[in-house]
Amino acid sequence: MTSSSPTLNSYRALPDPDGHFGNFGGRFVAETLMPLILELEQAYKDAKSDPAFKKEMDYYLRHYVGRANPLYFAERLTEELGGAKIYFKREDLNHTGAHKINNCIGQILLAKRMGKTRIIAETGAGQHGVATATVCARFGLPCTVYMGSKDIERQSPNVFRMRLLGAEVKPVVSGSCSLKDAMNEALRDWVTNVEDTFYIIGTAAGPHPYPELVRDFQSVIGNEAKEQILEAEGRLPDQVIAAVGGGSNAIGLFHPFLDDKDVEVVGVEAAGHGIHTGKHAASLSAGKPGVLHGNRTYLLMDDDGQIKEADSISAGLDYPGIGPEHSWLKDIGRARYEPIGDKEALAAFKLCSELEGIIPALECSHAIAQVMKEAPKMGKDKIILMCLSGRGDKDIFTVAEALGVKL
Amino acid sequence: MSDAIIGGKDRIAKRFAKLKEEGRAGLVTFITAGDPDPEASFEILKALPEAGADIIELGMPFTDPMADGPAIQEASNRALAAGMHMRKTLSLVRGFRDQDHETPIILMGYYNPIYIYGVAEFLEDARNAGVDGLIVVDLPPEEDAELCVPTVEKGLSFIRLTTPTSDDKRLPKLVQNTSGFVYYVSVAGVTGAGSASNDQIIEAMARLRRHTDLPIAVGFGIKTAEQAADVAKQADAAVVGSAIVSKIAESLDENGKATDKTASMVTGLVRELANGVRNARK
Repeated sequence: MTSSSPTLNSYRALPDPDGHFGNFGGRFVAETLMPLILELEQAYKDAKSDPAFKKEMDYYLRHYVGRANPLYFAERLTEELGGAKIYFKREDLNHTGAHKINNCIGQILLAKRMGKTRIIAETGAGQHGVATATVCARFGLPCTVYMGSKDIERQSPNVFRMRLLGAEVKPVVSGSCSLKDAMNEALRDWVTNVEDTFYIIGTAAGPHPYPELVRDFQSVIGNEAKEQILEAEGRLPDQVIAAVGGGSNAIGLFHPFLDDKDVEVVGVEAAGHGIHTGKHAASLSAGKPGVLHGNRTYLLMDDDGQIKEADSISAGLDYPGIGPEHSWLKDIGRARYEPIGDKEALAAFKLCSELEGIIPALECSHAIAQVMKEAPKMGKDKIILMCLSGRGDKDIFTVAEALGVKL
Repeated sequence: MSDAIIGGKDRIAKRFAKLKEEGRAGLVTFITAGDPDPEASFEILKALPEAGADIIELGMPFTDPMADGPAIQEASNRALAAGMHMRKTLSLVRGFRDQDHETPIILMGYYNPIYIYGVAEFLEDARNAGVDGLIVVDLPPEEDAELCVPTVEKGLSFIRLTTPTSDDKRLPKLVQNTSGFVYYVSVAGVTGAGSASNDQIIEAMARLRRHTDLPIAVGFGIKTAEQAADVAKQADAAVVGSAIVSKIAESLDENGKATDKTASMVTGLVRELANGVRNARK
């Protein structure tokens, strides 16, 4: 076990060569997968130092995804809350409607470099599944997406979208029938199809090098936002906020700001029905370190080490773990993580829709709810920069049901 | 505590020496601890050696068995639903060990329940219960410091899975801290899926023999006495898991409870498999 070094000069230097962020991360996978993971690590190293790869990536991010997306001053929300100025990084305006596509472009270009001919992915809310199906259509590779049967039910528009894009959506009926089980099933597929298959993991979790490469591909969020806020305000924000499920949009926003000591970093976890009820997805607030899906990280589990089911109105946050870098950031105190429940997220969803004319995804509605708590406590000269990670069209059925509206 | 009970790599070595003496391969049988319930599981476990199991792999139930196919996933679910947990798994071994001092028991599963138990405490309790070795699916050599090294220091075997993706470059790393025997997973995939051809197994055995003198057990996809016999011609042992736990599933009543046929259906299959293995080289 590697221990975290308290004398780091930078919060951006990890993982170490074995994939550790302090005590978190690592490569806890079946031996069958080890050679594949080592191969991926090497391929990523090569790609990172190849200017042609960066050029290709930039091309697709600009012309296909539609980057750079705006940093938007949420003026009416700011007025309503009466405190800090609120800026939204508009990942909802990306092609496919969420931040997930940033990572998918990076990974499919890697898959191509490695000569892989088949793509698999797991999905919770369906956003990562849609993004994966999209890049597979664009690059002409067959795509299989594993999705919990419970999520298929509550995210039917995204299921249809994936099928329109030519992907095969395989329902997963094991365990809690949601994101963690979809990930188990994708790993089972990968271990069976080792020759030709590339696994596009959607969040900054899993065995090394996934947490690192997903973070790097998502860091375009924070890098752009940093430039944009400097242009708009001439200075860095006082606080950056993002919702965390596995934590890919959050780490993408946070990472470029980690060495800016005056920027407070706040992650928002799904508290579902409330931490005290046990029905939630807040692994940092209420879990403990354990090993699942290839990495050591905070997990929801019982005293015997059995993984508990997560619970959140947002399918994308409904995961009993979290990316290992977030676990490390929590433990060293560089970031704080706050729980937001279903009801608070719903209220934020409504408020943002009504005041800003932006229907946010339920995932980032959790971040908006936290902004509603933070902004009024801060002076009007302060700045909050929040990641609006996706659009909420996919969630209208869930929200209608929660509000008792029949569509 | 009697030395006859305490677990360790010697019991495995003695068993393979005996098999060599008898000029035959061994049968390794897998069941999940607590499947379908702790009591029925104990009855099955006790009956395995007499039915022909030379070595027993006992699955530690886990909610998220990522490398297992449906049969062993369901076995894990049945055990957990019946209230199984790690301490009960160890007491199952202890109960077995009170009666059988010779048949090696290998615990097989995933790391998290061991990590949460606490590695040092787990190894102490496992050894005292009479566990001889561990197979932990999600601990490759890159993570040896976690459990493999402490296990070997405790005198227990840490048995490594080698796979069709383990090439000559990787194998030295795989066998370096391993002891007892080497488990060859004959197909890339989850437990209970397809099986490898004879030629593939012969080729893999030759590759493994270049890197280790330890006995080699071959598993994954072996369902019948004929398949077990084929493997037993090449390998030092054949491992059967999914077929056995499927037999448990088949024996249950409509409510998923054990019946008076449960133990006998399992031992019936184990007898057939043992016959296949024992007569393979005749």
